[in-house]
Amino acid sequence: MRIELIISGFGGQGILFAGNLIALSAMKEGHQVTYLPVYGPEMRGGTCNCTIIISQNEIASPLVYHPSFLIIMNYPSFLKFMPNLKKGGSSIINSDLVKPEEIKNLQILQKKYKLYFVPVNSLAETINAPMLANLCALGAFYQITKIFNLKNFKEALKETLGSERSHLFEPNLKAFNLGAKYINQNFK
Amino acid sequence: MKAKKILVKGVEAIALGALEANCKCYFGYPITPQNEIPEMMARELPKRGGVFLQAESELSAINMVLGACAVGVRAMTSSSSPGISLMCESFSYIAALELPAVVVNVMRGGPGLGGIEASQGDYFQAVKSPGHGDFHFMVLAPYNAQEAYELTAKAFELAEKYRNPVMILSDAILGQMKEPIILKNLKIKEYPKNDWALTGAKNRPSRIIRSLFLDSQELKKRNLKLKNKYKKMEKEILFEVSVENNEKAILVAFGSMARIVKEVYFILKNKGYPVGFFRPITLFPFPVKPIQKILHNAKNPLKFLVIELNCGQMVEDVKLAVNGKAEVISLFYPPSVIPFPEELERKIKKWIK
Amino acid sequence: MDKIAFKFPKSLKSTLFHYCPGCHHSIVHRLLCEVIDELEIQEKSVGIASIGCACFLYFYIDVDILEAPHGRACAAATGIKRAKPELIVFTYQGDGDFAAIGFNESFHSALRGEKITAIMINNTLYGMTGGQVSPTTVPYQKTTTTPEGKNPAYYGYPPKIAEIFSNLEGVAFSGRFAVNTPKRVLETKRALKKAFLAQIYNLGFGYIEILSSCPVNWKLDPIKANKKIDELINFYTLGVFKDKVENFLKKEKN
Repeated sequence: MRIELIISGFGGQGILFAGNLIALSAMKEGHQVTYLPVYGPEMRGGTCNCTIIISQNEIASPLVYHPSFLIIMNYPSFLKFMPNLKKGGSSIINSDLVKPEEIKNLQILQKKYKLYFVPVNSLAETINAPMLANLCALGAFYQITKIFNLKNFKEALKETLGSERSHLFEPNLKAFNLGAKYINQNFK
Repeated sequence: MKAKKILVKGVEAIALGALEANCKCYFGYPITPQNEIPEMMARELPKRGGVFLQAESELSAINMVLGACAVGVRAMTSSSSPGISLMCESFSYIAALELPAVVVNVMRGGPGLGGIEASQGDYFQAVKSPGHGDFHFMVLAPYNAQEAYELTAKAFELAEKYRNPVMILSDAILGQMKEPIILKNLKIKEYPKNDWALTGAKNRPSRIIRSLFLDSQELKKRNLKLKNKYKKMEKEILFEVSVENNEKAILVAFGSMARIVKEVYFILKNKGYPVGFFRPITLFPFPVKPIQKILHNAKNPLKFLVIELNCGQMVEDVKLAVNGKAEVISLFYPPSVIPFPEELERKIKKWIK
Repeated sequence: MDKIAFKFPKSLKSTLFHYCPGCHHSIVHRLLCEVIDELEIQEKSVGIASIGCACFLYFYIDVDILEAPHGRACAAATGIKRAKPELIVFTYQGDGDFAAIGFNESFHSALRGEKITAIMINNTLYGMTGGQVSPTTVPYQKTTTTPEGKNPAYYGYPPKIAEIFSNLEGVAFSGRFAVNTPKRVLETKRALKKAFLAQIYNLGFGYIEILSSCPVNWKLDPIKANKKIDELINFYTLGVFKDKVENFLKKEKN
């Protein structure tokens, strides 16, 4: 078992938060993990991505050029990372910002990869939490990979939020569940 | 107590290591990418009866460390390349005064202001001489968060054992990436300081800690003493080696670059290429004998491929160790962007066909 | 029995001074030792010698002494005092050390109100290196690097550190003194004591600046050099510019 995941989107979309949460949940599951943020001087609005590697064996390089999994949160990220996805890899794509009908070579991509178009922004809107699109994507990732169990995720979420933001636990979990449910209902 | 596993940044692992070693004083000045160290020390040290103080410059910070060490208190600072350069004046004094200071350099790109991406451009500075005169720091180069935690803690013990400053040489990638570490009791030894520290001349003659020796014989004696100390340190060498003696090429790397190189080593090994892997952990003293042992036991003519995130620095030490008995090739990446394993694999393959 | 009026200070080593004839360092050394003795702090003092003629402080003053890099004495003193607040920490620096290369360290230590005592010996030039211009060189003074005199239009004006420091909240005592007459020697000693009391009573940074002669580099004989201090006083006013110690002692009495 080994997953090389890149999450990419705008700064402010909670990319690093989600990446950190996945790494922590996987660690609690007993896996080896590395989490590498690409960081720059911009705190908000710039492009942002992080690489998470989850493995049963020692992880040497925390960097990977051909990831096995992508979570694409905006169009620039789609352009940048989609060509690098490993053959047979999977990708969760934010269909609110990357519309399938606008992708020219969609059929070719679908042959090569498993694509999961999930309208994470719209899903988050349904619970009046547009900021939590990242958690919807994370829920989808969980449902597809089951790389960690729910208990470990909840623990990780609680730990990451800390006592200061503990009131955000329920909304985050709700968004997570929405993403998981969407996968369950729309993909087999 | 059950060992606790937590997910932390490399720089946080360094701070946790210092706290595990019961470091009592931290003095520093902000610079990216190591600010999590002072931030954690600012939160944690006062709780443990320690001192955190942000100085007006790196120069001042390192001299505060110098002062605290002189009175026998465990003290450290951390910075990144340009800040480390500012401290070099006082590194020379600290080495001359034989003070057990611990210094962390989370390297970023240079020269000049450079950038904030990872770099190994300060190898020469750290290993050869981080200041004027004829002296050395002991230099430890972790390559993951666990090692960063353990080596930082160990640095305090080694610094006291030899009464010599120790540098932890990390970089932006290792510092900013998160990995699990297991917190444990590392049983860091504390060496007595009551025979040299300046604690007030009560019931004993007054003491002087100084580096000025205008008498040339005295200065010579002093420098030979330091030289002997560096020789003794050789028994502390640390390294990682994966060699089966039938290789044709040995990949040599340290720190973050060793992560990428190790990945490539695994890949090539799986594909049946005759490659080995060697990673110095102590950069000073440099693991010379282990390299000579590889040469001695090799069944084939060997090539050493030295891969660094600089334009070729550690390669010189490998050449010295190899001493003309094998080909040593520098595969360099200038401080900027660390290569992907896929890219490095292609580069290495060209040399081992 | 007769009262002993004058004796060799306990904390002054019997080593012969290496200072040039007419130099004021030796007077200040002796005063420093008398104060250390009177305050009974010899056993818990750590002095910082810095770079300049007085870097050999440790050959004369019998307390633990650390030699700091040029200009960094106040930073090293900060490290010591923060690490071991029970120690009495003083720096002994020249004007080049304190006010030129180390101005940043000196100023910020004062700003933070470090509980240390800083002694600055101001002889208006770099003595040990042969008499080059220093920030405290007075206008039109000739030095080896201002052979035509220090032109203020080119080099600016000297900092009056004692006055500047008196405006800083963290400073508990600040003053400028001289040791070229017996009266001034006694005043300097009283002030020196206060600069230590500022630390002992935890009131803040204690600063004392002492105008000192440098006959060799001033190219004057010792007597003329001693008299020259009277001229310097026209530029560098003597006096106490800040004294939180006096108020503290008064309150203590009441």
